[in-house]
Amino acid sequence: MSDVFYVASRKGLFTYRRDGADWVSGAPAFLGEPVSAVLKDKRDGALYAALNLGHFGVKLHRSDDDGASWKELPAPAFAKSADGDENAPSVELVWTLAAGGADERDAIWAGTIPGALFRSDDRGESWKLIDSLWNQPERQGWFGGGYDNPGIHSVLVDPRDSAKLTLGVSCGGIWKSDDRGVSWRLAGRGLRAAFLPPEQTNDLNTQDPHRLALCKSAPDTIWCQHHNGVFLSRDGADTFEEIRDIPPAVFGFAVAAHPNDPDTAWLVPGVKDECRVPVDGKLIVNKTIDSGKTFFAMCDGLPQTPSYDLVYRHALDVDETGARLAMGSTTGNLWASDDGGQKWRALSRHLPPVSQVAFG
Amino acid sequence: MARVEFTDNLQKHLACPPMTAPGGTVRAVLDAIFEENTTLRSYLLDDQGRLRKHVNIFINGEMIRDCSNLSDPVADNDRVFVFQALSGG
Repeated sequence: MSDVFYVASRKGLFTYRRDGADWVSGAPAFLGEPVSAVLKDKRDGALYAALNLGHFGVKLHRSDDDGASWKELPAPAFAKSADGDENAPSVELVWTLAAGGADERDAIWAGTIPGALFRSDDRGESWKLIDSLWNQPERQGWFGGGYDNPGIHSVLVDPRDSAKLTLGVSCGGIWKSDDRGVSWRLAGRGLRAAFLPPEQTNDLNTQDPHRLALCKSAPDTIWCQHHNGVFLSRDGADTFEEIRDIPPAVFGFAVAAHPNDPDTAWLVPGVKDECRVPVDGKLIVNKTIDSGKTFFAMCDGLPQTPSYDLVYRHALDVDETGARLAMGSTTGNLWASDDGGQKWRALSRHLPPVSQVAFG
Repeated sequence: MARVEFTDNLQKHLACPPMTAPGGTVRAVLDAIFEENTTLRSYLLDDQGRLRKHVNIFINGEMIRDCSNLSDPVADNDRVFVFQALSGG
């Protein structure tokens, strides 16, 4: 059971540690700075924080003493264009960080805006662009979803084989590699994009998966909270089945998969694309324990008076037991559950907008 | 030597006291400074070596014009100021 989780926010990185029955927050790191992604690498204990300083660009820091001190590392960056192309890319945001497999101890992946994948083989001391993905001709068909440029927000590493990767791209579909990123193929048959012209609805390359979540003990089970609804794959994201008619809404960003039960997942619904607030002002977590056949609206401890909280795609997490969950919102609320989402309690109502929560 | 000073807003991220560098262009001046303060480069320039959108450079009170190639001339006695643009939030 995890006794620590991290909250990346618009104005700093907060750490919550278990103290008896309570969660206690320490002093924030990077106070005042936007933290776009956080990763606790359970292989070696390192803690990574990606910042988006706005004026001064994307930055990356690592702590080897669980946040007591930090070392600035080179952030993922594109090579300088040889021909001086004025449109040559520059990393705008580290959107997600992911640890490599257990057999590649120092490997870290970073998904960025614009949509690129970077890999470090030395704990973030240096980064290499995965050219094979960046040079895919289909990438020219990607487009931004909420941001000006497309981005990679989900990097799933198969726990059985660290060479097998699955990426979620907004908006650029789902991409898979079986060889640690040497070659790539589009996946995600069955996803449906109603926002596209009818003849492109099922086009794999322009789907907008908002977030992918993998069941660690059954990694072929991958849940997808998509712009258009909720989808479930039992074959490692090659194909998906749509789970329709989920009350109160199918729209949302976050999804968490139970680490040991492939039939269980949690979602946080919002009204719809054009109105990203809880349905009827009541915030719920939608939990299924039967592969999406039925959902339970978990509301105990969540605001049922008019609430306008939105939970971003990285802002819901579950620990390795499936019992403890944490969730933060753009309104600066933070909640935790000890019983798989049945009951929630507010840990803070005054945080900055939350971009990510992550158990350590 | 041109004298280069930096906004206080940078100081909370990394040490960057006023420095001097031989004149030439803004690019040449910055490159000379980055030789001594390598971390500073990514704070002022993007991946392609362009001035970040919300960083401004003034030479003797005049804002530079070429933020991509940084070709504005800098004379040996010039004073160069590196500022950040203001933003909300």
